[in-house]
Amino acid sequence: MDLWNWIEYGAWGLSAAFGLHMALDWLKTDSTYSEDVLTSSREGELEAMAEEHKVKS
Amino acid sequence: MTDFDITSQTMDGIGPHGTKVGLLRVLGPAHVWALGVGIVLVGEYMGWNFAVGKGGAYAALIACWFAGILYSCVAMIDSEVTSTVASAGGQYTQAKHIIGPLMAFNVGLYLVFAYTMLEAANAITAGYLFSVVASMTGHEEALDQRPFIILVIMFLAWLNYRGVLATLTFNLVITAIAFLAIIVLFLSTTGVIGSGMMEHAALFEGHELPYGWIGVLAAMHFGLWFYLGIEGTTQAAEEVRSPARALPFGTLAGIMTLLIAATLTWYVCWGVLPWEFLGDGVNGSVAPLFDTARLSGSNALVWLLGFGTLFATLASANGCINDASRAWFAMGRDKYLPGWFGAVHPKYRTPYRAIVFLVPIALIFALGAPLDQVITFSILSGLLGYTFMPLNIILFRRKWPLETIKRGYEHPFHPVPAITLLTLCGVTFFAVFLGYGTQLVAMIGFYIVVSLWFHFWRYRFVNRGAQFTMPWPKPRGY
Repeated sequence: MDLWNWIEYGAWGLSAAFGLHMALDWLKTDSTYSEDVLTSSREGELEAMAEEHKVKS
Repeated sequence: MTDFDITSQTMDGIGPHGTKVGLLRVLGPAHVWALGVGIVLVGEYMGWNFAVGKGGAYAALIACWFAGILYSCVAMIDSEVTSTVASAGGQYTQAKHIIGPLMAFNVGLYLVFAYTMLEAANAITAGYLFSVVASMTGHEEALDQRPFIILVIMFLAWLNYRGVLATLTFNLVITAIAFLAIIVLFLSTTGVIGSGMMEHAALFEGHELPYGWIGVLAAMHFGLWFYLGIEGTTQAAEEVRSPARALPFGTLAGIMTLLIAATLTWYVCWGVLPWEFLGDGVNGSVAPLFDTARLSGSNALVWLLGFGTLFATLASANGCINDASRAWFAMGRDKYLPGWFGAVHPKYRTPYRAIVFLVPIALIFALGAPLDQVITFSILSGLLGYTFMPLNIILFRRKWPLETIKRGYEHPFHPVPAITLLTLCGVTFFAVFLGYGTQLVAMIGFYIVVSLWFHFWRYRFVNRGAQFTMPWPKPRGY
């Protein structure tokens, strides 16, 4: 086994870690927030409109 | 269940029309530039040289410049329309507002397929690059490329999942390095820095136009490679701080960068590499800029262009994940696809379900399909998208003339760019048909079938009224 064989194993491991992190966070997010909140996004507006947006106090 | 209110004092952002969690407006013009140029620059590092094999030296240059005109029209038209459509989805959203739902559905699919296929092609290329580095550093067995292909897709998907600012700042850095590497190579090999090594006259002899004008036509297919993907800047529309300014600025700066990079690439490679080697992108020069650096005899240039090639590949895959997921997300949000895909992550403010959903699709193509087929599918989907743009801008100007909607950018000489774009798309379709006729017919057949599915089934679920929330006036004539 030379260095590249270890790098191959490292690549498999990192891939699994990134995938696992996304999957766990996805499950956590979906179970924490309601579907109504998560899918509430609507089309954006130009900044001229955004500037008129009032922040609730 | 925790509820979330974007209008609270503790959370920033914009919440039009009941949005509780939306995409985050954090990007500037440099990020838009990085998104557009980042997707494309890999085409300068590899792929364009098939045009040389198709038609010779001048054919490759003519294809480079005619494709440059095609994409300049794309960039100008896109800049005008998208400066008024500050919404994720890019050309899909433009089609939805300007033409109609069936066109929008098709354009959305063109985008998702073009970017996902390109992402898969980039991952395959990155795996190949790792195997080259392994063999150059003394690894004797054949390197298993699969873990590197998977790692590229998983890492970049993870980065996209975690936030758009980090994703496109990463793209900005690696794209800038890849572009500067081309400039340094040009300066080094032409004699501006050190001694020159250009041999254009000797290398051109007898190879200017070996197949005549039909060679030029055939080369057009690969001329697209120099610029394919610059239209992806529009996908950032909902995440830039100032869409009307940043999108035209970033897109037009991007096409100018690419015109310079493409011409320099052609000039440098043709001055160093022989025609037979340069024109064969499979068994000859897979990465022409890197091969030019190797022939220069400078270790510094070899390292610089080696990293440039890898960075360009990663930047392209990264931008493709960003763009494909925004298009998929926008279609989900309007219920052109299941509304479940229209979700935004409440913490990272990214379309996380669309990002994750497209990962296995990219993996299947990256691990199971041949590179040339994947690239062809990407080019054809892109080309169908470009063909829609002239129609789009003509209808946009007719329905909403200049005085009815304020544009961040008004493209000049309308309708000349639209007609030029349509003509060049026609020429390129013919060029593609010469080389990949079966794939072209098969793909058009595929889009006809999915259009029928959309018309007869899916359209009943679309948010017909609620999908139009931008404050546009009524179109003229309605």
